[in-house]
Amino acid sequence: MGQITLEKVTKSFSDVQVIPPLDLTIEDGEFAVFVGPSGCGKSTLLRLIAGLEDTSSGHIRIDGKDATDLPPAKRGLAMVFQSYALYPHMSVRKNIAFPMKMAGIAQDEQERRIQQAAAALNLTDYLDRRPGQLSGGQRQRVAIGRAIVREPDAFLFDEPLSNLDAALRVGMRLEISELHSRLKTTMIYVTHDQVEAMTMADKIVVLRAGHIEQVGSPLDLYRTPRNLFVAGFIGSPKMNFIEGEMAGRHGAHTIGVRPEHIDVAEGKGEWSGVVGVAEHLGSDTFFHIHQTGLAETITVRAPGEVSFRHGDTIHLTPRPDQIHRFDDKGLRLE
Amino acid sequence: MARAVSTRKRAIYTVIAWTIGLLIFFPILWIFLTSFKTEADAIADPPLFFFFDWTTENYGIVQERSNYLRFLYNSIIISVGSTILGLLIAVPAAWSMAFVPGKRTKDILLWMLSTKMLPAVGVLYPIVLIARSLNIYDTYVLLIGVLTLINLPIIVWMLYTYFKEIPVDILEAARMDGASLRNEILYVLTPMALPGIASTMLLNIILAWNEAFWTLTLTTVDAAPLTAFIASYSSPEGLFYAKLSAASTMAIAPILVMGWFSQKQLVRGLTFGAVK
Repeated sequence: MGQITLEKVTKSFSDVQVIPPLDLTIEDGEFAVFVGPSGCGKSTLLRLIAGLEDTSSGHIRIDGKDATDLPPAKRGLAMVFQSYALYPHMSVRKNIAFPMKMAGIAQDEQERRIQQAAAALNLTDYLDRRPGQLSGGQRQRVAIGRAIVREPDAFLFDEPLSNLDAALRVGMRLEISELHSRLKTTMIYVTHDQVEAMTMADKIVVLRAGHIEQVGSPLDLYRTPRNLFVAGFIGSPKMNFIEGEMAGRHGAHTIGVRPEHIDVAEGKGEWSGVVGVAEHLGSDTFFHIHQTGLAETITVRAPGEVSFRHGDTIHLTPRPDQIHRFDDKGLRLE
Repeated sequence: MARAVSTRKRAIYTVIAWTIGLLIFFPILWIFLTSFKTEADAIADPPLFFFFDWTTENYGIVQERSNYLRFLYNSIIISVGSTILGLLIAVPAAWSMAFVPGKRTKDILLWMLSTKMLPAVGVLYPIVLIARSLNIYDTYVLLIGVLTLINLPIIVWMLYTYFKEIPVDILEAARMDGASLRNEILYVLTPMALPGIASTMLLNIILAWNEAFWTLTLTTVDAAPLTAFIASYSSPEGLFYAKLSAASTMAIAPILVMGWFSQKQLVRGLTFGAVK
């Protein structure tokens, strides 16, 4: 079990309030991702749930029980740190065994769980090594192993993949997703990478300056962003924002169109511009288009290989049902 | 990362390193050699290097004339005692400064270090007066107390840099893993802090062992350590280089042996924070 509820939780560091009153419920078994730019308070929020920081006011409930004043050790949560935070003086085996040792689990049961975790995480051959002798990816696996053996009510991940190189990151992302579908334990995952959020989450919590901007499933956020911030943050490449007369024609202060929702043509289209940089990825082609009279740059994602060159004139047509409209406060218009 | 260093460059560096090493080592070697010379050979001009009549008579005379073991005992008591007392004070101090720093932590550290800039002789008079009025002149209490205070800034600084290097994440991980404060200290903090404490201890023993100004001025007989033992051969009956050298050799031998066996710890302690 691992339902986590925050009620009017706030956090201030000396005079600065980094988390204004905040309510949030994460259901049992859910994979929740806190995402936002650096400094948005997502890590602080996670540390409040972990108990590593004290709340300034409000309540944190775990499975309905008030955990606000419980020390981290008593909350039944496991955490995976960005820096892995392995015990450098202990072997991998002892690192993984440590939380079980603290919980007073019997020796043979400890050994059984270590073997199980090691097998699942490809660590069997490394159990007697020290963390210093492992690669970054292996260290991250040990940190995850240390978290799973104690069978916590929920896992907390604090940007666990940001110290890994790109290829490894994709691999570990899949492993963590797989782990979640196998264990069905609540997971809260903090990241600044919206791709991680989109690919892993059941529920994304978009944060800015301690405020929750929107909570929803990845596709909810993609399809119906509540405001300009979420619209710009979710999706890659970023949504194009157009103000002025063109927006007025759609009865909005600002309209937003995602790069993948604009069709390109040589001869005619609703808008036209000049191709600046063209990025050919093979599967897709990204065009950065200037001199449209709409915004400084309009980014377009065309499927497959499309042969426009730098300096070519290009015509653009946004798909009418994919135009997002926002009012002058940046809120979505339905 | 490995850098390409040409053979010639490496040869030059090797020569320089050896030269510096030998220069530092030479006085000790010279004392050692002189201790086996006769008094006449010791002051021979030009100096004799290896080819003289080797004799151990100096050691015999020194043994006869003064009670080496008594001085050795005092040295051990004073250096080990002041080190233990210093660590007892410095570990909690450095601990709190490293893990729960306040607004003035950096200032306090610098202020502590600044006391080392004061010439020792500046506080000689007050300390002698205090010792006399408390009636603790020439006692272990006085020497251990004074040496502890003299070396405390260094101990705190060393421990502070050590503790600073222990990542807070790891302590938090232990808390998340269910460790009580006691278990956190026992299984995580102590093992990670121990190498630092050990090298601080070794360095401080050496500093205290070699400290001469205070040990010479604050003792006469009862608490006099090996520094006083050496000094007793330096002047009263004129200069006897061979005997002085024999006494010096006997005084530095124990600490040299200790240093030899704990080289690794010592070097780590001295370069800690400098290399990462």
